[in-house]
Amino acid sequence: MAPSQKLEVIVAPDKPTIVTRRTVDAPRALVFDAWTKPEYIKRWLGPRNMEMVVCDVDLRVGGGYRFVHRTPDGQEFGFHGTYREISRPDRMVSTYVFEMFPDAEAVETLVLEERDGRTTVITTTVHKSIQNRDAHLANGAMEAGMNEGYARLDELLPDIRRAA
Amino acid sequence: MTTATSRLSADDLDATFAALADRTRRAMIAKLARGEASVLELAEPHDMSQPAISKHLKVLERAGLITRSRDAQRRPCRLEPRRLKLVADWIATYREYWEESYARLDDVLQELQGQSTQKEKSHGTVTKTRSHRRPR
Repeated sequence: MAPSQKLEVIVAPDKPTIVTRRTVDAPRALVFDAWTKPEYIKRWLGPRNMEMVVCDVDLRVGGGYRFVHRTPDGQEFGFHGTYREISRPDRMVSTYVFEMFPDAEAVETLVLEERDGRTTVITTTVHKSIQNRDAHLANGAMEAGMNEGYARLDELLPDIRRAA
Repeated sequence: MTTATSRLSADDLDATFAALADRTRRAMIAKLARGEASVLELAEPHDMSQPAISKHLKVLERAGLITRSRDAQRRPCRLEPRRLKLVADWIATYREYWEESYARLDDVLQELQGQSTQKEKSHGTVTKTRSHRRPR
């Protein structure tokens, strides 16, 4: 895999955001379609071992989507949202609710930047609070620290400490 | 605790994150990360009634984040790092989720591009006509 095809996940310490960035080898109109048409979404969104059992898309401003993954052991994870802005082929804004935390609605912006036939996909997810964000995403320090052992857990949980 | 070796259920995660979503409880966890503590010690920095403190501790206990000794009169609270570890593992799947999704997206895009290249070839004349019209 080319280095530019590495997924970047950027988590700001002081803002409730998650930014991801990944370059794909296709023009952005195709990427936009792959991102918004159920027949394609079904084929790529989610890990290979999960089946997408619901893939509803009503692609218009004010319309909604709902996706449900099923794990091999039968657990289902659903998420849904509403489209707020659809600007093919370079931008889309939608809300995002992970149904396990129904009150933690976030806003996701998809930006597609094309250069030389390749597209950099930038997603920005803005949660209502850092706590909500962290509930969805532990920062790398926490994860790495956990693997080292639990002896100095307080150092591994900067957000918890800051809040304290 | 038996959950250490098993997957967290959706309910477990829900309870754990709900427990972590409160400032007072996070402060308690931060304190317990430095070692076990009594209820009194945990209550000390907070301007809160004893029942309110007990309620917070119960939430943490139910979420599997802390355990309380049953025998000792002092009933010290102890952090249960396994649960946090399981949560951290679950969160690490965010990255895996997107890495795998993008790997699959690469395949779909490759296929779509193959199709559009073929289309261009079969409609070569149309493309040509268009490019003539378009001012450069």
